[in-house]
Amino acid sequence: MTTERVIIPRRAFLLGLNLAIGGLAVGLSAAAQKPTNEPGKPPGPKPDVASQSVESNAPGLNPNVFVHVGPDGAVTIVCHRSEMGQGIRSSLPVLIADELGAAMARVTIRQADGDKAYGDQNTDGSNSIRGIYEDMRLVGATARTMLIAAAAQQWKVPPEQCIAKDHVVTHVPTRRSLGFGDLALAAGKLKVPDKKQVVLRPRAELSNVGKALPLLDAPAYVTGQAVFGADVRIPGMLTAVIVRPPVVGGRHVRFDAKRALAVPGVRHVLEMPPPKPPWKFQPWGGIAVVADHTWAAMRGQAVLEVEWDHGPNASYDSERYRGELAASVAKPGSIARQVGDPERALKEAARIVEAEYHVPHLPHLSMEPPVAVARWEGDTCEVWAATQNPQAARTEVARVLGISEKNVRVHVTFLGGAFGRKSKADFCSEAALLSRELRAPVRVQFTRTDDVRHDYVNTVSTNRLTAGIDATGRVTAWRHRTAFPSIASLFGESARPALDDLQQGVLDLAFAVPNLSAEICDATAHTRIGWLRSVYNIFQAFSIGSFVDELAVAKGADARDVWLELIGPPRKMSLADLGVAELKNYGQPLDQHPVDAGRLRNVLERVTDRARWQERKREGRTLGLAAHRSFLSYAAAVVSVAKGPGGKIAVDEVWLSIDAGTVVNLDRVRSQMEGAIIFGMSLALFGGITMKEGAVEQSNFRGGGRIVRIGEVPRRIHIDIVESDAAPGGVGEPGVPPVAPAIANAVFALTGKRVRELPLSKAFPEL
Amino acid sequence: MTITLRINGTEHRLDVDPEMPLLWVLRDVLNLTGTKYGCGEALCGACSVHLNGQVIRSCVTPVRRADGATVVTIEGLSPDGSHPLQKAWVELGVPQCGFCQAGQLMTAAALLKKYPRPTDEQIDQSMAGNLCRCGTYPRIRAAIKKAAGELP
Repeated sequence: MTTERVIIPRRAFLLGLNLAIGGLAVGLSAAAQKPTNEPGKPPGPKPDVASQSVESNAPGLNPNVFVHVGPDGAVTIVCHRSEMGQGIRSSLPVLIADELGAAMARVTIRQADGDKAYGDQNTDGSNSIRGIYEDMRLVGATARTMLIAAAAQQWKVPPEQCIAKDHVVTHVPTRRSLGFGDLALAAGKLKVPDKKQVVLRPRAELSNVGKALPLLDAPAYVTGQAVFGADVRIPGMLTAVIVRPPVVGGRHVRFDAKRALAVPGVRHVLEMPPPKPPWKFQPWGGIAVVADHTWAAMRGQAVLEVEWDHGPNASYDSERYRGELAASVAKPGSIARQVGDPERALKEAARIVEAEYHVPHLPHLSMEPPVAVARWEGDTCEVWAATQNPQAARTEVARVLGISEKNVRVHVTFLGGAFGRKSKADFCSEAALLSRELRAPVRVQFTRTDDVRHDYVNTVSTNRLTAGIDATGRVTAWRHRTAFPSIASLFGESARPALDDLQQGVLDLAFAVPNLSAEICDATAHTRIGWLRSVYNIFQAFSIGSFVDELAVAKGADARDVWLELIGPPRKMSLADLGVAELKNYGQPLDQHPVDAGRLRNVLERVTDRARWQERKREGRTLGLAAHRSFLSYAAAVVSVAKGPGGKIAVDEVWLSIDAGTVVNLDRVRSQMEGAIIFGMSLALFGGITMKEGAVEQSNFRGGGRIVRIGEVPRRIHIDIVESDAAPGGVGEPGVPPVAPAIANAVFALTGKRVRELPLSKAFPEL
Repeated sequence: MTITLRINGTEHRLDVDPEMPLLWVLRDVLNLTGTKYGCGEALCGACSVHLNGQVIRSCVTPVRRADGATVVTIEGLSPDGSHPLQKAWVELGVPQCGFCQAGQLMTAAALLKKYPRPTDEQIDQSMAGNLCRCGTYPRIRAAIKKAAGELP
């Protein structure tokens, strides 16, 4: 294992020291340099600095790392997934509490540190509920089984005659009862039962699951008390703002720290270790400006003079690259999926419809730019971070410091949005490296423009879709060629899309077209590619959803009818039906989560029924429709657009139906769908990161970094959540994919202009 | 230069650079971290606070402009989270990630002072500078109306 060290050029370091001495006079007031634990706020983040990763030695029942019942009846439930707006802290603990039979009013939620003891903590891929629904129930059910066993022993009755409900165990025949607190010590002495001996409650007994549950953290959010990454305060903490290489793969040649060090409050200017390919989650290199406070660090960053060697990606140019992708999909690729003989069917077709779609790189733009605090002490490092993946952060921090993971603790704060960006640990490692070098707690703060320019952007793509229509108007052939640099390139693998990448909306496209294929075409990567809410599904759904609409226009048919024709009858599709050898299926088995054409049809029918699709169209409303399966859930959207004052195109009403299988917290699913519509609007209308001479062209919330404002959101949004007992699917992401194609299709209905490239503001600058 | 600020009812005399934006005085000097940094250029509204009753973007407001003034931040919107907007926000489950919500609430509070029963247009115009990436806008609208007594 190699150790990456921050290099301190002697000159800069000495200057820093000199300035630090002078800084006392010109910097902050003495009051500000005291430990910053005023007014009324404890130092450190409220999401539980003191928590042990594996539950404490507190007396009571403590059957696993997730739940503790104290002798006073207080129940502590650990939420091991990161809260980033999806409401997981108001959902996962409820699932455990329901199995336990606990009253939510007696439950305290504690945020877990990063620790393998919790299993996977990566809060990504819409995976929390769908991935561990059964596991979390088992956690609660195990504790319940032990409380009941303790009561049954005391009463000398069979445990089967006892129930646990509302924080009380009751012996049903005699109505004797004992509170959870009365039983906690005795239950804690029992052997933890094997999971085979633990019986989950029938679904109907889960008293909260499936209801619109309160947002438990709402009071903290609305009073400013919720502690986000940037709100962590450690005595003696310095703040670092970093000038990173503008081009991925570039590095600094020389820099002049003089002007930065002249900024009052700036203490140090330090070189960061340049990363080596593959980039993975490494810090980005560059020069750090470390100061007493954020403003000084930001001012120092602005005036730091750095000369760069931009490296091998210095010619990356989004306009030119677009041509490369177009050339790639003009040629046949390798077959990823095939049913029938699409080439022959295309030759025999009476008509061919063909279209090419392009979606640019997309930014994350969480409202909180990336931020982490690290404190190096002795040979250990403690990190507080807005991270989606505290275990990856722990591994990465240990790696860059060259120490054991045992000597790294990662505490998870509230995340001010994340959308995939904060699953990368780069900012945590930056803080750790600086803290060790300076022997002081250091907070690394991204500016908004840093966030835009040093993002792991969603990939850029071109899709070419070709369909054959026979003499009767039936679609007999469907060919989908796709080219985009894969996220695998971040890890040093080929940038050419991998087969598994196509599970996102291509291999699992539940169509009944008799001759159907998907082809993987070449692509190269010239920047860091990462995951963004719904990932590849964004452009696959945009391409497929737009193309279905184009087929409807070509056939002179209604888009809803064409969707239903293409999907065909309700059926669960086998691998052979799909024309694939295997399907990753978001990590879940096909028998639990089949590719279900019936469910895709159902959301399409429900959303068009609710929107009164035909009637509204007859009334002159210009509507667009799209449907998409992603993260094992099915979503369909109808969007209405209209010309507002000054001819500006506005989305004026949206209907969305979602089948996410079993739902835990109905109101958070609803809020995720509302958010997905608006997220989808932002990327459809405005979003787009472009590169020129290898560097991001956008800055701050401008241009392609623009997001939807309140006045642009339709006043009428209708969310329909399918009631289902099916295994839970994803929620955070599946609402996003159908939105952009539904908007583009509605815009076509309104203007007659078919836009095959996002964002739509390129074709309609007045947007 | 000594700056005198009355923040959430408490007077502070601070020896700070008069050009330091009020945002950083609040966050880094006074440790009032409820007010958020989102963009630094008055583009997102996460840093919204009240200066003498007017909503301002603290990230671009030098603290000298607040000298002698009264500042209210999210920590001072109410003593206990009981402002009608805060109550409506909780009841309707407005926040998602929560990060922009302090700014949203401060802007909404100023809006309600000016228009106790705001129209949709007044809400959209007044709240236009407050971005939310999670997309809580529909509930923000509803919660403002609820706090204004227009919704049950």
